[in-house]
Amino acid sequence: MTALADGGLARASCECTPSGVTRTTMELSRRELMRGAAGAVLTFTIAPGVTLLVGSGLAAAGLTPPPLNIRREDSLAAARPPGTAVSPKTRWGILIDLAKYADVGDAAVTACRNEHGWTGHGRPATDPQWIRNVTVRDPKTGASRVLPVFCQHCENPPCVDVCPTGASFRRADGIVLVDKHTCIGCRYCMMACPFGVRFFVHENVTGQKPHSPRGKGTVESCNLCVHRLDANKSPACVEATNRAKPGTMIFGDLNDPNSEIARAVGQHVVLRLRAELGLDQGVLYKGLTQ
Amino acid sequence: MSAMTGRIAYREHGGWGVGYLALVGLLGALVVAGLGGAYVMETEGHWVSGMSHRIVWGTPHVAAVFLIVAASGALNVASLSSVFGRALYQPLARLSGVLAISLLAGGLAVLVLDLGRPDRLIVAMTFYNFKSIFAWNIFLYTGFFAVAIVYLWMMMENRMNRFSKPAGVFAFLWRLVLTTGTGSIFGFLVARQAYDTAVMAPMFVAMSLAFGHAIFLLVVLAAAAGTGRPLGDEIVRRLKNLLGIFLAATLYFVAVQHLTNLYIAERRGIERFLLADGGVHTWLFWVGHVALGCLVPIALIFSPATAGSRRAAALAAALAVLGGIAQIYVIVIGGQAYPMVLVPGMEVTGSVLDSGIAAYAPSVYEIALGLGGVGIALLMVTFAVKVLPILPETLADAPPEKA
Ligand code: SF4
Ligand code: SF4
Repeated sequence: MTALADGGLARASCECTPSGVTRTTMELSRRELMRGAAGAVLTFTIAPGVTLLVGSGLAAAGLTPPPLNIRREDSLAAARPPGTAVSPKTRWGILIDLAKYADVGDAAVTACRNEHGWTGHGRPATDPQWIRNVTVRDPKTGASRVLPVFCQHCENPPCVDVCPTGASFRRADGIVLVDKHTCIGCRYCMMACPFGVRFFVHENVTGQKPHSPRGKGTVESCNLCVHRLDANKSPACVEATNRAKPGTMIFGDLNDPNSEIARAVGQHVVLRLRAELGLDQGVLYKGLTQ
Repeated sequence: MSAMTGRIAYREHGGWGVGYLALVGLLGALVVAGLGGAYVMETEGHWVSGMSHRIVWGTPHVAAVFLIVAASGALNVASLSSVFGRALYQPLARLSGVLAISLLAGGLAVLVLDLGRPDRLIVAMTFYNFKSIFAWNIFLYTGFFAVAIVYLWMMMENRMNRFSKPAGVFAFLWRLVLTTGTGSIFGFLVARQAYDTAVMAPMFVAMSLAFGHAIFLLVVLAAAAGTGRPLGDEIVRRLKNLLGIFLAATLYFVAVQHLTNLYIAERRGIERFLLADGGVHTWLFWVGHVALGCLVPIALIFSPATAGSRRAAALAAALAVLGGIAQIYVIVIGGQAYPMVLVPGMEVTGSVLDSGIAAYAPSVYEIALGLGGVGIALLMVTFAVKVLPILPETLADAPPEKA
């Protein structure tokens, strides 16, 4: 049972970091008060269900439930039951301009690897690749594009739906994460993800980064650099590609009509991979079919 | 000690003959090998297996799915006896229940030991995401144990016999839901063209009836021979004919599945792979599953030349088991080997994760773990026959106890 207690608590600290709380509070206070009030009402309509589950999880571990005034996103990060609809204020997204991406080479991949410390063992079939470059080619015209493929942070993530323990979960701001403490390594999420962006840790790991815990026998994927977001920085791949070629990736809040990403999405034709599946990903591509 | 239920006398297997000990030794060795395989994969990590990011479920899952599905079908004879009132099958109902429990135990052991973190079984039992069909299956599997054990108890305890019919009906319904749930593990995978279809559920039901029944027939033949009990031709004839029908039903659903997919243009790629140019998968499908696993056994069962032969019945059942494993292999591995669509209509290159057919060669550890599950299941049956009054004293055609 101690292990469970660890899991429940460590999730809040390692996946979301205490700074996530600060960020959330900031996010909420940034918004106009009226909408905040509406949000609070909404929060309270949903909170009982949420808190109940957080409470029961901790109770099972022999701990008292957290106080009721726990911040909504915090509690969701701690044990939000997948599938419960929360109306998030923030929806993080990335818009990738593929015309520009063609010129940045491996910048995104290298930045991600350095940031999170996932390394290969010279075994491509089992080495992790949180982000990878894929070339797609139209067999009729011969036109091709290179696109970075990584967790698309789906609004309706199949990896979350299928996870038996709820280890694969979606934070209220749209980031899809794996709780390393409750993942049992069944790999059903890997079967369910349409993009092959989940990775099973096939060997013992060394040299982990404290902000990006990994563990043999569990599943991992791009976490949208949640530790950087919580420190008000953009993801490492975004920073690196924009350094190589400005404007390659736009990161921001898709729900905020004044954000750069929301405005760009409103102006250009952007596509989601396999949009027919209706997953409503947060990662968008510009120039995929041109 | 022998126990009487109505007119049927049951008796434990008394002897400690060389044959019995050799069987226990062989099965025990399989179990040890399976545990060893699991230990290596857990300590080294799964890279020592043939599994990869593309083939995320490998041979252990083939074994686990096969055993779990067969567990449900192994209960056929008990259901026929208590639910459908077929008195002929009553003497074998206990064995049917024991085999079902044992196969399920073997399958679940493999499933758990292949987890990345089998030590977290307690997490799987305490944290549930009710939207996950996998989580539902955890309930269905553990529930099936309970249901089957209670049912077995009602069959074996004279005072409880009158409840064996309702318990049998409940167990029958439970196992239908269980196989539907197992099929849906695949059927609900919208991302993968090989799976995403509702026909997976009834197909798994039909497969379970066939594979479980085939194993049951083999166990009955082996148990009767091994314990020196008479076995009448009539019961063998009925059992094998039933197997023929279940195999035909399996073939029907397999045909529906592939014909439907062939009609859907975007699925022709995966169908061409499985049915025409998928190498080992194509062979396993046509030769392993369709020909040797279904058509040949059906011919052996119903053709006048072999219909009366007990050897032919045993061969038919053995082929059905091997063909069943081949089919599950094609479903589990073949379904993953074909690349997923990333951008419809576009060719994808650049990474082993996206392009081409995924390579897979089962490692010795995985095979050992799979066989370990078989060992667990059969060892349980072997022990049960020894310590519990499960086998009737005789299965001769005319019941000697008839008043
Ligand atoms: S891209 Fe895959 S891993 Fe990421 S949220 Fe969607 S389904 Fe889950
Ligand atoms: S591997 Fe882990 S995250 Fe994925 S479905 Fe299983 S328990 Fe959930």
